Amino acid sequence: MNTQNLSYVRSDMLNAQPAPISTRTVSGWVRTNLLATPKDTVLTLLAVVLLIWALPGILDWLFFNAVWSGSDRSACTTVAQGGIQPEGWKGACWAFVGDRFQQFMFGRYPLDERWRPMLVAALFVVLLVPLLVPKLPRKGLTALLFFVVFPVVAFFLLHGGVLGLEEVETPLWGGLMVTLILSFVGIAVSLPVGILLALGRRSKMPVIRMLCVGFIEIIRGVPLISVLFMANVMLPLFLPTGWTIDNFLRALVGVAIFASAYMAEVIRGGLQAIPKGQTEGSESLGLSYWQTMRLVILPQAIKLVIPGIVNTFIGLFKDTSLVSIIGMFDLLGIVRLNFTDTTWITPVTPITGLIFAGFIFWLFCFGMSRYSAFMERHLDTSHKR
Amino acid sequence: MTDHAVIASTEARTLRSYAYDPKFRGIFYQVLTLLIVLVVGWWIFDNTTENLARSGTASGYGFLRGRAGFDIGQSLIAYTSDSTYGRAIVVGFLNTMLVAILGIFTATVVGFIIGLGRLSRNWLIAKLCTLYVEIFRNIPVLLIIFFWYKGVLDSLPQVRDSIALPFNIFLNNRGLAFPNPIWGEGAWLIPVAFLVGVVATIVVARWARQRQAATGKQFHTIWTGTGLIIGLPILAFLIMGAPLTFDSPIAGRFNMTGGARILPEFVALYVALSLYTASFIAEVIRAGIRGVAKGQSEAAFALGLQPSHTTRLVVVPQAMRIIIPPLTSQYLNLTKNSSLGVAIGFPELFSTTSTTLNQTGQAVEAISIMLTVYLAISIATSIFMNWFNAKMALVER
Repeated sequence: MNTQNLSYVRSDMLNAQPAPISTRTVSGWVRTNLLATPKDTVLTLLAVVLLIWALPGILDWLFFNAVWSGSDRSACTTVAQGGIQPEGWKGACWAFVGDRFQQFMFGRYPLDERWRPMLVAALFVVLLVPLLVPKLPRKGLTALLFFVVFPVVAFFLLHGGVLGLEEVETPLWGGLMVTLILSFVGIAVSLPVGILLALGRRSKMPVIRMLCVGFIEIIRGVPLISVLFMANVMLPLFLPTGWTIDNFLRALVGVAIFASAYMAEVIRGGLQAIPKGQTEGSESLGLSYWQTMRLVILPQAIKLVIPGIVNTFIGLFKDTSLVSIIGMFDLLGIVRLNFTDTTWITPVTPITGLIFAGFIFWLFCFGMSRYSAFMERHLDTSHKR
Repeated sequence: MTDHAVIASTEARTLRSYAYDPKFRGIFYQVLTLLIVLVVGWWIFDNTTENLARSGTASGYGFLRGRAGFDIGQSLIAYTSDSTYGRAIVVGFLNTMLVAILGIFTATVVGFIIGLGRLSRNWLIAKLCTLYVEIFRNIPVLLIIFFWYKGVLDSLPQVRDSIALPFNIFLNNRGLAFPNPIWGEGAWLIPVAFLVGVVATIVVARWARQRQAATGKQFHTIWTGTGLIIGLPILAFLIMGAPLTFDSPIAGRFNMTGGARILPEFVALYVALSLYTASFIAEVIRAGIRGVAKGQSEAAFALGLQPSHTTRLVVVPQAMRIIIPPLTSQYLNLTKNSSLGVAIGFPELFSTTSTTLNQTGQAVEAISIMLTVYLAISIATSIFMNWFNAKMALVER
């Protein structure tokens, strides 16, 4: 065999060619991404028309026509309404948000004591960051601090009544603070209880299984507002005469019960995805039921459903806004309370307040969903395709 | 002596071995759990009866026959403040169902469009749809309801400056007023004709499917069906001599008289629920379509199917299997979220029940009715969707 003289094999490489025009120039990009087919062109034109029609008005309302400073309603009302703005003026009243910002954050928490919620918030961030960044070590210790020590410290700091701290009753709590407390407690309670419920639902013992299925399905079958309402109206009835139960605690119980039922279903999804061989393998090693669950099954199952867990958190965070219906002043509740405040009563105040509250909710939820996506990629130990 | 020791040790082992017998342990734990649940349940029951006796509340459902005494702004059945509490709750239930059914329909349509839009190759459309999903998914639905309620109410004019739309429809801050159709004699034939049309369509569809299976000839079932379902009622309407008159609303100085009216509360709730749920449905649709392997559509193209046929016959049926279970839970969420109408004063089930509760003080009974109805709606929806899911599921041979 002659391997020396293969004349059909190229001996010198061709020069690299420039990429096709469609992938490197702006007009090429526009042509492939906006005007690929006649249908695409029509859709793009429609979208552009929609943007041109809606965007300037929205931007004007939100920013250019908006009022940024002022101390009462006259700043955000037209002359005819008793204010300083020209006739026909329409825009956001950010001055209202600026004026009431502290209230939106802390509710009616006493002014001199507001360093306490701020300290709790600082502690929260300091403990949360090491928990969220995967590279930082000592996750177990941080988790213990975050879920066990922190709530106790936070409770005494916020409620006071010990160590010379002035007592602040829960009806004075409000704003974003209440929203965050409700969701934190909901999350901290729903994870362990949800795991127990999910394990109970898959238990071989019929009584325990039935109880768990009944609890989960009933709670999931009714609206959250009815669970909250029940906690609000029925809880005092269930307890012996003379026992009083704080309104805030009632809402907490309602939120925790509701979140646990949803969490249980998410965890169950993860448990079902773990092959039976895992349980059989650990049983053959002589591990007990709880050891099997704690060391083998749950770590795998929970890792699988982290997106679902975070979605439940997001749902819970949004759903805490419902406590405003049962007369509590969470972020949405306190914003709504201000609609009737005579200092700031203007036609644009409600919408401005709602947009502000919506933006805060959006920031938290969007942040959580981005983090969930990041964790999903980070934990994905399977082979990449 | 040694015999004794052996016997004693086996006796001891059997006693101890009970504690390690999984069967025995299982029964023990279950009896224990049941006992705890029963004791706690009895304790709660005892406390409740004592508390109720102390507050002097009569128990039982007799209060449902009492006079309600409150007005309801929007009702599908005849209702006045002289009606009973029971009827008020039924009105609330019907309003809940109305919002739920309309909302589910709208949310599915919008969600489908947005979900497909996010998959579009058109950059602008895909980004706009993504923006929509990311905004609505991350804001509480209650806030969206308030936004529409405040937005709709604030931007709408007073009754005397109503926006007059064609066909005697008026839009103002009291809601949307439109002519109320009054059916004359012989109108009963129209729904009958509609039903006949539906049945005929089912028969035709079955015949067409059998013929196609046997001969391969296709039949335009869609057009025939549309003709039957729409055409027959119209024919009936014309035969009976158009038995229809309208009671048009007249704009007064402060209020509208005559005609039918849709409350702004209803519009706010309906629009907010639809748009909010649509963002979730869009994600469900997108995940479903992306879940169908690309090879499926490529193979369909290779077989010479047109793009529309590929979508209809290959991609959608497979995507439906992924879509249906999460879609069911979205529908249930929408139905349950309709209870938020109470926040803006829309008289749905939760709202009328809690008004009843506040007036009668029958907490346990009122809440039990409400929970039962919501549970029944949830279970009925799940059963229907499970049946539909089983019908669509992959039949493995």
